[in-house]
Amino acid sequence: MKRYSAFAVAREALRFHSGWERAWRSPAPKKKYDVIIIGAGGHGLATAYYLGRNFGIRNVAVIEKGWLGGGNTGRNTTIIRSNYLQDPSAAIYEKARGLYENLSQDLNYNIMFSPRGVMMLAQTQHEVRGYQRTAHANALQGVTTEFIGPQKVKELCPIMNIDGPRYPVLGALWQPRGGTARHDAVAWGYARACSDMGMDIIQKCEVTGVRQSGGKVVGVDTTKGAIDCDKLGVVVAGHSGVLADMAGFRLPIESVALQALVSEPIKPCMDVVVMANTVHGYMSQSDKGEMVIGGGADGYNNYTQRGSFHHVEETVRALVETFPIISRLKMLRWWGGIVDMTGDRSPILSKTPLENCFINCGWGTGGFKAIPGSGWGMAELMAKGHSPLTEGFSLDRFKEGRFIDESVAAGVAH
Amino acid sequence: MLILNCPYCGVDAEETELSPGGEAHLKRYGPGSSDADFEDYLFQRENPKGVHFERWRHANGCGKWFHAARCTMTLEVFGTYEAQSLEPPKSIQKAISKKRPGWSWREFS
Ligand SMILES: Cc1cc2nc3c(=O)[nH]c(=O)nc-3n(C[C@H](O)[C@H](O)[C@H](O)COP(=O)(O)OP(=O)(O)OC[C@H]3O[C@@H](n4cnc5c(N)ncnc54)[C@H](O)[C@@H]3O)c2cc1C
Ligand SMILES: [Zn+2]
Repeated sequence: MKRYSAFAVAREALRFHSGWERAWRSPAPKKKYDVIIIGAGGHGLATAYYLGRNFGIRNVAVIEKGWLGGGNTGRNTTIIRSNYLQDPSAAIYEKARGLYENLSQDLNYNIMFSPRGVMMLAQTQHEVRGYQRTAHANALQGVTTEFIGPQKVKELCPIMNIDGPRYPVLGALWQPRGGTARHDAVAWGYARACSDMGMDIIQKCEVTGVRQSGGKVVGVDTTKGAIDCDKLGVVVAGHSGVLADMAGFRLPIESVALQALVSEPIKPCMDVVVMANTVHGYMSQSDKGEMVIGGGADGYNNYTQRGSFHHVEETVRALVETFPIISRLKMLRWWGGIVDMTGDRSPILSKTPLENCFINCGWGTGGFKAIPGSGWGMAELMAKGHSPLTEGFSLDRFKEGRFIDESVAAGVAH
Repeated sequence: MLILNCPYCGVDAEETELSPGGEAHLKRYGPGSSDADFEDYLFQRENPKGVHFERWRHANGCGKWFHAARCTMTLEVFGTYEAQSLEPPKSIQKAISKKRPGWSWREFS
């Protein structure tokens, strides 16, 4: 692989850009791989990448029914933070956030990580106490956050109306090194690095069956034929239930639509990410100048990647009150993704009842921020059979009542 | 926009009039049941891509709970029926079979 660099840009400028290579190969599937990962979203690709980088396992295929990064990874609002309440969450999200800091260098691909700071507004007394508690928990977990007062909020985000009539801003949980990144670039960067290690990324290839023998997984059926493997990783977000059904087990997951929208581009007016959980909306400004807006998930099962209009209306209504400046903005694009929600709003990274079949799912409305940490832990789990990062997130926690309850930390979809 | 007919008051209610209540026909386990039964009842879900049976409440209407048969892949509604039913009425099962031959959902098909 030719490396990207300032020198490469200059070199190509002098020869009419004729020397750029394809970022990844598009090979036909081989008969057999050591590891097959189903789903070329961020989590699947990161799992493959760290299998190769950390464990030398490179005979790997990542199988994708559409195009890589076309699932939730290319549909999210790219908020990155690690200010969760429970220890296992803080560990995996902070690992991810830390890896994001150097991911561009690591992958030799500009993922545009922008640690511009994330604030979660406290607009009720209950939220003030909740976020103060989270700030204390984060201090013990080694995650840098701070509870700040309304004046500091206004200083950091002058376009905000902090004394709205219904829900005045009483403070915020502030994570200065949280922020955003370019979502497609995360998928593309991992894909390019995987391909460079000799892994096969097979797009437009849908897995239609999971083949097993004697309680062990032996391969998959796909629209491009049967492919054998020693180990299988299922990393398909909203379609986890469909794949689990093929593999013969059940999941504590419901798939629902989550939507987002962006406005026409405007001049820079906001250089932090703001989340308002009580009124259910969040907003940041992209490098292009668009206001990136998201809100709550729908309440019923849906696989159509289209959501309910009234949720968007509620989100925008709440944000107009918080940011009066946006009231005349036109919205440019609006889309949905199918997110995989678990009962305790925490992910599942786990062995499954089918031997050598592993699953990584349940990231729901908030898994973009976790991609590097999730891939890191999942790779260790698949290579060694256990990982300190994924331990708490096993499937049997639902039977044993060991929930990792993040329904408060994840009060709004993000 | 999702529109469901309330089987009690007969109103064609649109989404903002309704609140979703999750999977229908769950078996409720009580004291003395096994961990696996509780896990099933509290967390494990069908979550099908296709025919699904759900509970809904006509929250901003007559206030009553009812059941709906829907397709999660097309958002098509096959029918609604009373919450006191132990299984989807035969007429609704038939209507589904017409449109989705070979469908199955738990013990129904
Ligand atoms: C509107 C919206 C906003 C969001 N905002 C944020 C945010 O601000 N911050 C944040 O951290 N998270 C956010 N999220 C959540 C985040 O996008 C997801 O948790 C994350 O992207 C999941 O990544 P993934 O790799 O698991 O899934 P995906 O990217 O969905 O990848 C799964 C892949 O599996 C493929 N697949 C499915 N079935 C098969 C099959 N049978 N065979 C082969 N391939 C298959 C799919 O095509 C898909 O490409 C948001 C999500 C949405 C929808
Ligand atoms: Zn009614």
